[in-house]
Amino acid sequence: MDATLKKQLEITAAKIRLGIIEGVFNAKSGHPGGSLSIADLMTYLYFAKLNVYPDKPDEPQRDRFVLSKGHTAPALYSTLAEKGFFSKDELKSLRHIGALLQGHPCITIPGVDMSSGSLGQGISVACGMALSGKLTNDTYKVYTVLGDGEIEEGQVWEAAMFAAHYKLDNLVAVVDNNGLQIDGKVEDVMSPYPIAEKFEAFGWHAVACDAHDFDSIEAAFNEAETVSGQPTVIVMKSVKGKGVSFMENNVSWHGAAPNKEQYDQAVAELTAHLKELEG
Amino acid sequence: MADLQKKATRESYGEALAELGDKYENLYVFDADLAAATKTGIFKKKFPERHFDCGIAESNMMGVAAGMAATGKIPFASTFAMFAAGRAFEQVRNSIGYPHLNVKIGATHAGISVGEDGATHQCNEDIALMRTIPGMVVINPADDVEAKAAVEAAINYEGPVYMRFGRLAAPIFNDPAAYKFEIGKGITLREGKDITIVATGLMVYEAIQAAETLAAEGIDAGVINIHTIKPIDEDLIAAAAAKTGLLLTVEEHSVIGGLGSAVADVLAQRQPARLVKIGVNDEFGHSGPAVELLKQYGLCAENIVAKAKEALNK
Repeated sequence: MDATLKKQLEITAAKIRLGIIEGVFNAKSGHPGGSLSIADLMTYLYFAKLNVYPDKPDEPQRDRFVLSKGHTAPALYSTLAEKGFFSKDELKSLRHIGALLQGHPCITIPGVDMSSGSLGQGISVACGMALSGKLTNDTYKVYTVLGDGEIEEGQVWEAAMFAAHYKLDNLVAVVDNNGLQIDGKVEDVMSPYPIAEKFEAFGWHAVACDAHDFDSIEAAFNEAETVSGQPTVIVMKSVKGKGVSFMENNVSWHGAAPNKEQYDQAVAELTAHLKELEG
Repeated sequence: MADLQKKATRESYGEALAELGDKYENLYVFDADLAAATKTGIFKKKFPERHFDCGIAESNMMGVAAGMAATGKIPFASTFAMFAAGRAFEQVRNSIGYPHLNVKIGATHAGISVGEDGATHQCNEDIALMRTIPGMVVINPADDVEAKAAVEAAINYEGPVYMRFGRLAAPIFNDPAAYKFEIGKGITLREGKDITIVATGLMVYEAIQAAETLAAEGIDAGVINIHTIKPIDEDLIAAAAAKTGLLLTVEEHSVIGGLGSAVADVLAQRQPARLVKIGVNDEFGHSGPAVELLKQYGLCAENIVAKAKEALNK
């Protein structure tokens, strides 16, 4: 990846992480861990990959994005705000009564292509969008992100079978493999491993990537572009809570908001990182 | 009346899709390995490129249909009522209902008239389940004419629609030339001053027959066909309640949460009146020939007559 772009993405990702913390802190609830683990991916998608238009959010040929792991809505919202779909001020009223930003993604929010949050369902919707595009020779592509715990849902494998059967090569699914779910380590709760091999057995092309390295993310998506006749899954090794020291790899931050002291520390860490990047 | 032609509304559904496929090029049909039974196979034969089998995976099918609708297509998703409203309830609620997507659900084999397959496949709960989903339209057509009209009305309506079709051949009593279907508008088939029979689906024709028998015995029974259970025609029900003061609902569905409950809601809030509900009581079905089962569960003209007379102390 071009060094200038990479630097820019790293800066944007730091801002998106700050927005995640801002949203979850003000909401006094929500899911920071899995939001932070996909922050770099969301940055890559919205600032280097997707054809989306903040001034025309409903443009028919826009690429589609479905956050199947909908509980990490703060990552999506912070990204959409950074991209200009709505004001960053909206993050301060995340989950509040009467607010634009619902606890889980809602299709009425500018830039949100599908309501999601009940796990396992987003990938099916993404399949429908991809099939739809194939039927009318649309140019858009469809991207969806699942959690590594989420793929314990049986519906994910119904969708996996469907996507391969109908050769949906305009569909890319990312599995955010941060290794933790609410009750603990994924391999202790209900092991989804081996993830890539499972998808391959269902007829998908599988690629691995490092969730916190833009070169690695880009290489995975570039590889997906070369695949025809089958969907691609990117198994993305990530760190839950990435970017906030005390949240990293700590399952207790799956679904808890920081208190004021923790918020201040998180903001201080992320701001210091941002300043370092901005030189 | 004995020489009326008969056709299962699932057959009407499949024929309607095939007939309307030319007019509505944006119409796509999904099935879950039941195309021969749901009759979407009729559409598939004519439009193979617009029919997709999802395999035995109803939950995924509902999500796929949602994705199709979110990108501007008009998808029909079909399987048995048990799996559409039952197994995939949460997918229908969260992936179709909540985002209010333009998905049409064609659910066949509803009610106990499924027959020999027995309780696991006899869905008596689908109307109750579907009508709790905000914004979901619930339609239960009575015969071939109404079923075909309902399919086209659903296409022209923007939003999620649940349509309920039956396996058993049903008498075609509506006149195709005169029939008009409007979502949410009940149809008065017969005026009466003593009691109003409010029926839906397969039970509408039974209600008509019951009213004739009652008339012969000096009881003036009105008959209303409620093809749309949600939104229900409150004005028509309230007016009937004001007129006769006694309503009798008949449905091939549980008495809990279906037509009878929807009518009770209207009566309680708009026009208090006595209500007698005929339907499947708080029990499962079982195997047997459909017509015998319907009789056994009291879903027939004879029982409507008996219950009406009992309510009128005659």
